[in-house]
Amino acid sequence: MRPLQPVSATARIGYGLTFFALFVALWSVATFGGYVQRLFLADPLTMVGEGWNLMTRYGFGFDIVMTIWRVVGGFILAVIVALPLGILMGAYKPIEAFLEPFVSFARYLPASAFIPLLILWAGIGETQKLLVIFIGAVFQLILMIAVSVGSIRRDLVDAAYTLGATDQSVVRRVMLPNAAPEIAEIFRLVLGWAWTYVIVAELIGSSSGIGHMITDSQALLNTGQIIFGIIVIGLIGLISDFLFKAVNQRLFPWARA
Amino acid sequence: MSKLLVENVGKVFAGQRGGEPTRALMPTSLTVADNDFITILGPSGCGKSTLLRIIGGLETASEGRILLDGSAVTGPGADRGFVFQSYTLFPWLTVQQNIAFGLREKGVPEAERLKIARDWAARVGLGGFVDHFPKQLSGGMQQRTAIARALANDPKILLLDEPFGALDNQTRALMQEMLLGIWEREQKTVLFVTHDIEEAIFVGSRVVVMSARPGRIKADIPVDLPHPRPYTIKTTPEFVALKERLVEEIRAEVIAADH
Repeated sequence: MRPLQPVSATARIGYGLTFFALFVALWSVATFGGYVQRLFLADPLTMVGEGWNLMTRYGFGFDIVMTIWRVVGGFILAVIVALPLGILMGAYKPIEAFLEPFVSFARYLPASAFIPLLILWAGIGETQKLLVIFIGAVFQLILMIAVSVGSIRRDLVDAAYTLGATDQSVVRRVMLPNAAPEIAEIFRLVLGWAWTYVIVAELIGSSSGIGHMITDSQALLNTGQIIFGIIVIGLIGLISDFLFKAVNQRLFPWARA
Repeated sequence: MSKLLVENVGKVFAGQRGGEPTRALMPTSLTVADNDFITILGPSGCGKSTLLRIIGGLETASEGRILLDGSAVTGPGADRGFVFQSYTLFPWLTVQQNIAFGLREKGVPEAERLKIARDWAARVGLGGFVDHFPKQLSGGMQQRTAIARALANDPKILLLDEPFGALDNQTRALMQEMLLGIWEREQKTVLFVTHDIEEAIFVGSRVVVMSARPGRIKADIPVDLPHPRPYTIKTTPEFVALKERLVEEIRAEVIAADH
């Protein structure tokens, strides 16, 4: 191995899968070998069996759909608010000076700590779940979008002005397309964070969703179901990440290294 | 007829963190005639780029004024095309879209602006690359696109700030010939900043020599070489004599800047 030496595409997949195999092997040794009590950790086969039960008998598919809809819904709400604000902050320094201190403060407010308040304000329905995701994502999005829009090379802006661009078209035709690939990358990242909030939101005061299933399974000490739920979250995350990357590469062929 | 009038334009940069303000440019005056090709030659940091950026409206003058066709320059605009030393093509636009950028700002209909852009791409030898993105082009090709992008706007004057400074010698020589060819055909007013003496003589009709910082115009030397100029002109006695004279002028300034 030498620093920064690239690996081939097939080797990359091979290495990635090897770690998953290693992980499952270690888990099998710990559970089947009797090193860990069944009460604390289910073995892989039990987990798969419980997962099958969940999907076929307990309608877990519906919970998965509910969770995805909450994440995506809350996230889209956050994007609708954050995109224009972030762009304005990145482009216009007085707006940045006006909003940046508050947003920086708000971004450290833990979304999960708002759950009791949100239940008080919005009840335990879908609005409350969406709001948790919204609060968790919106401030992060605003700040990151502002930074990516504002970090344009000065000479590109100068070039646009010397070509007769107005202030408005510098924002629309130069700063925006310049930041677009990075904004798409920010979406991918923050959507990943939104997943951690939705589970917390579903742990409290919920009657559906992956998080709700996990709390139910905890009451029954069914670690197999809990682990299956966690793995499903991981898989959905992996798939959405992969989709995002594929879409970004297609949308921004000029930005590929 | 004078196209561009620079009247006592100077620049003082405010001091950093309470430091002394620095003067980059002494009050400078310059008259540029229609269809003139003036090269501004000077050592690094002599304020030649500052002067060009002020004319381009990218920097404000601390004193003096600039008149283009009789009207004062207050900010950047499409009447002054600008080519930068750094690569400033918009990476998300193709060669053709880059060249058409300014035309779109002017509201030229799409079919027409794409036709003009294709035409200019061909004139700088990039007819086969209209759909390429900047990152697929070499440095020389990117700068040719940048020149085409500035000229497609049909500016009154073309300002070039060491446009070939980052290119290797062979490419640079080819680019000089191409630019000179365009100027001979199109008859444009050009201000060209460089620190390369040979380049300044080869492309220019007049070489303005600037002193070390704070910059001022030290000499204004006409280049009486015939047009069209083939690259072989660089070895003629007239060219060499002019070069020797400019080498002396610049040498004195570099020494002054170092002491």
